[in-house]
Amino acid sequence: MDKLVIQLLNESRERIYTRWMDEMERVRDEHRLQSITDRAYEETNQELFEIIYTHIEQNVHKPTDRMTEFAEHLMKIGWRLSYITQGLQNFRRIILAIILDANQSNEKVFAMYDEIDRWIDPIVNQLINESAKNWENTVSIQKVALQELSAPLIPVFENISVMPLIGTIDTERAKLIMENLLTGVIKHRSQVVLIDITGVPVVDTMVAHHIIQAAEAVRLVGAQCILVGIRPEIAQTIVNLGIDLGQFPTKSTLFKGMKSALELTKRQMIELE
Amino acid sequence: MNIQSCVEVRNEWDIVKARQSGRNIAKELGFGTVDQARITTAISELARNIYLYAGSGEVAIERVENGGKLGLKIEASDSGPGIKDIRKVMEDGFTTSGGLGAGLPGVKRLMDEFTIDSKENEGTIITSIKWLR
Ligand SMILES: Nc1ncnc2c1ncn2[C@@H]1O[C@H](COP(=O)(O)OP(=O)(O)O)[C@@H](O)[C@H]1O
Ligand SMILES: [Mg+2]
Repeated sequence: MDKLVIQLLNESRERIYTRWMDEMERVRDEHRLQSITDRAYEETNQELFEIIYTHIEQNVHKPTDRMTEFAEHLMKIGWRLSYITQGLQNFRRIILAIILDANQSNEKVFAMYDEIDRWIDPIVNQLINESAKNWENTVSIQKVALQELSAPLIPVFENISVMPLIGTIDTERAKLIMENLLTGVIKHRSQVVLIDITGVPVVDTMVAHHIIQAAEAVRLVGAQCILVGIRPEIAQTIVNLGIDLGQFPTKSTLFKGMKSALELTKRQMIELE
Repeated sequence: MNIQSCVEVRNEWDIVKARQSGRNIAKELGFGTVDQARITTAISELARNIYLYAGSGEVAIERVENGGKLGLKIEASDSGPGIKDIRKVMEDGFTTSGGLGAGLPGVKRLMDEFTIDSKENEGTIITSIKWLR
């Protein structure tokens, strides 16, 4: 960085600090940091300010390790990245004002502006990139976790499996239901599969369509579907929609479905004496 | 609590969002579980149609009153391709996407009032009301 800029920054450190702290106080609400104690907020600001200054001392154009760690820590405890990027932007705004005050020639001022942009922008960009990467990572891990939970086929008795569905069914999940049904039916040699929709909040035509298609596919691999867990209000809306679920048996509860699955596989439940 | 809401529909999760706010408002207005399910399902159909056929649009839900009657109004609007033959899309089983083709006629049966206002290449506004009994 230009020597003059560095000199200016070091000379005006106190002035920059006071103005910067004022600015940070002003934007505190935007980062939803009202619940943090005043003291903690001030201390964090101080630390951030110092970290920004170490960038100047070390003359680096990317986040220092200390900055990266600081950012990671803050995000971990629930602060927003925008707190730091705003801190850097406020910092830029203040030093630009100070440069203007320093009565340099226009050319010099412009060169200094340019210098400071080139210094701050990469730091901001890299912080944002890293945090975006972290987010993407988290989201993709959660997606996998969710997928594992989303459409399990559970072999309950010999030749009888249950697929309990809980939550909203979107296109992606509908695909998984189909896949897991078909692979599961073959793997467990199921003859009857109970699809339990007790936990599905809305059965619209798309969900119904997917269920019909899944049941049809199961039939093609030689097994049979029973749709169970149809709540009374869902039964009503299905009728209103005019959807015909007549191709396969439906039962109101898993228990009733299980009884007919046993019958279909020539077994029954008996009470012991 | 808000007796009015507007959800932009751009992806599948927005459909869930629209549904949820519809269910909340229906509950707030005093609809029973069956009508809540009907309203939520109707919103789901309309929002999904926006997502599928228009790409994006919005679903507005609000409380309406008419001569002492209280109701919930859904207004689904988009600036998509529009619907050329409204009579046709109201037939059970008519679909251009390999769906069940039961969405629009279904919504009409789920709700009490239903109107389609659509112009080709300009968009579609579907308004539907359920009255509280
Ligand atoms: N918002 C819309 N814009 C344009 N076309 C639509 C819209 N909504 C529905 N349609 C047309 O009406 C047809 C019937 O819709 P619907 O009854 O919901 O059945 P499905 O969605 O299963 O096809 C659709 O296939 C589509 O061609
Ligand atoms: Mg539809």
